[in-house]
Amino acid sequence: MALLEVTALSKEFDGLRALDEVSLTSEEGEILGIIGPNGAGKTTLFNLISGIYPSSGGEISFRGKSILNLKPHQISRLGIGRTFQIVRPFQNLDVETNVLVAFGHRFYPSFWKSIEPFRQPEILKEVKTLVEKTGLLPYTKQVAKNLPLGFKKRLEIARALALRPRLLLLDEPSAGLRFEESAQLMDLIRQVRDQGIGVLLIEHNMHVVMDLCQRIVVLDHGSKIAEGSPEGIRSNSLVIQAYLGKET
Amino acid sequence: MISGYLITILITVIIYAMLAHSLNIITGHAGQISLGHAAFFGIGAYTSAMLYTEAGFPFWISVPLAAVVAGMVGALLAIPCLRVRDDFLAITTMGINFVVEAIFLYIPFFGGAMGIGGINLPKWFGREMTKPEYFILILIVFFLLLLLDRQMGRSWIGLAWASIREDDQASEAMGVDVIRFKVLAFILGSAIAGLAGGFYAHFLTFIMPQNFGFGQSIVVLCMVVFGGIGTRWGPIVGAVILGILPEISRPIMEYRILIYGVLLLAMMRFQPGGLLGPESILPKTFRRYVYLLSSSE
Repeated sequence: MALLEVTALSKEFDGLRALDEVSLTSEEGEILGIIGPNGAGKTTLFNLISGIYPSSGGEISFRGKSILNLKPHQISRLGIGRTFQIVRPFQNLDVETNVLVAFGHRFYPSFWKSIEPFRQPEILKEVKTLVEKTGLLPYTKQVAKNLPLGFKKRLEIARALALRPRLLLLDEPSAGLRFEESAQLMDLIRQVRDQGIGVLLIEHNMHVVMDLCQRIVVLDHGSKIAEGSPEGIRSNSLVIQAYLGKET
Repeated sequence: MISGYLITILITVIIYAMLAHSLNIITGHAGQISLGHAAFFGIGAYTSAMLYTEAGFPFWISVPLAAVVAGMVGALLAIPCLRVRDDFLAITTMGINFVVEAIFLYIPFFGGAMGIGGINLPKWFGREMTKPEYFILILIVFFLLLLLDRQMGRSWIGLAWASIREDDQASEAMGVDVIRFKVLAFILGSAIAGLAGGFYAHFLTFIMPQNFGFGQSIVVLCMVVFGGIGTRWGPIVGAVILGILPEISRPIMEYRILIYGVLLLAMMRFQPGGLLGPESILPKTFRRYVYLLSSSE
């Protein structure tokens, strides 16, 4: 059974078909690259999986169960963490508090637990581990808005990992980063994969994609035009056409 | 002995402080702008007044019920508010205020433009409470509410509110049930506003729809923003300063709304966090002063 199974998923925005019967599967401990030109529907796909948009057709199942009609907070609680293309940390909260937010859902169900203080030693210990792993330990008490972009991106990953996800959706993690920053982030993503977490990676940087991903899905104009190993994708004529245009 | 005039100001100010505190839960903690908070103040005042004068309930039951009713209406009205955000939420809440005021004004059941009279201060030990006693009663209730606020602020609920205030879509992706926590903020804020309304009705002894109009909502919002939105003490400081100012000077009373408007604009320009906000000069100067004192020893 695949970790995530997307079947013939479609999304229409006022008649515009942003996603057209896209199918893909993702496995535990695998980084699946999702590439395609701008407007191909990559972020739309993420927004459908994480429940931000309702779908116009198709099926999404996670660990064998349909998540199609679930709300974003329910989907994240099932173990699908995500980051955003334009980073969205909680700007005025410090790094530690940002990560703590993701622990809340364990306490909400009981009213008495949800009015307990959120700074609890055992949880803070877990937060520290995550913050350390993402290389943010010296910035634990820094307010998110003061962090440079690369650290904000890591903070988003730390926050998503706090959900104890089985699947992580990363939307252009290396965009806007310097080479070294991006290399460090790639190391982090590899570590995440090695824990057995499945990763869906939207990425424009081909170097990064070819290096990290075992498999790649290519979207263009909302449709899947190719799927395969990095080598196969590189030489696929449809993919070359989508990116560079048709030879005339 | 404290003069009657002074105690009247004190009671007015503490009721405003409670009202500002309740708006701060919705707008400050959970980040949901409301321009119609006086509606819930009014629902509380009218509930308590009607129960007292028409149904003969004692103060001790009518005022808690005022909080319950205002909280329930708050939950109900939160439903349309959940579908909108930012500017549209501001307009929706403003609309709610106008509708509620109009209901009080045009439905004879609520006394119409004449309002409701004959509401008295509570009785205890077989006699009517004196005003200083009434002040202390409200003070104790308010103190308990502030303790609750502190507990909430440190809790998972407070953290969920903070995350929603910062970015509700990102907090959904972190497993936060945004709708539930927004509704909770509306319920709690409306209930406390209703409680303040109950205290207000029994203090004024006579209420009219105009006491709970849009202007009143703006006055309360001014207090919250002036003092420091989202801080625990800011709205109280705002209520004390803006509540006392018109009382000590007649011209300020006459140009009250104008002065509040200018103040609000000035705050937005120079101190958007309010007097006690995180980036305000006041706490900064205070900290520097304390630092200088401690380092000179």
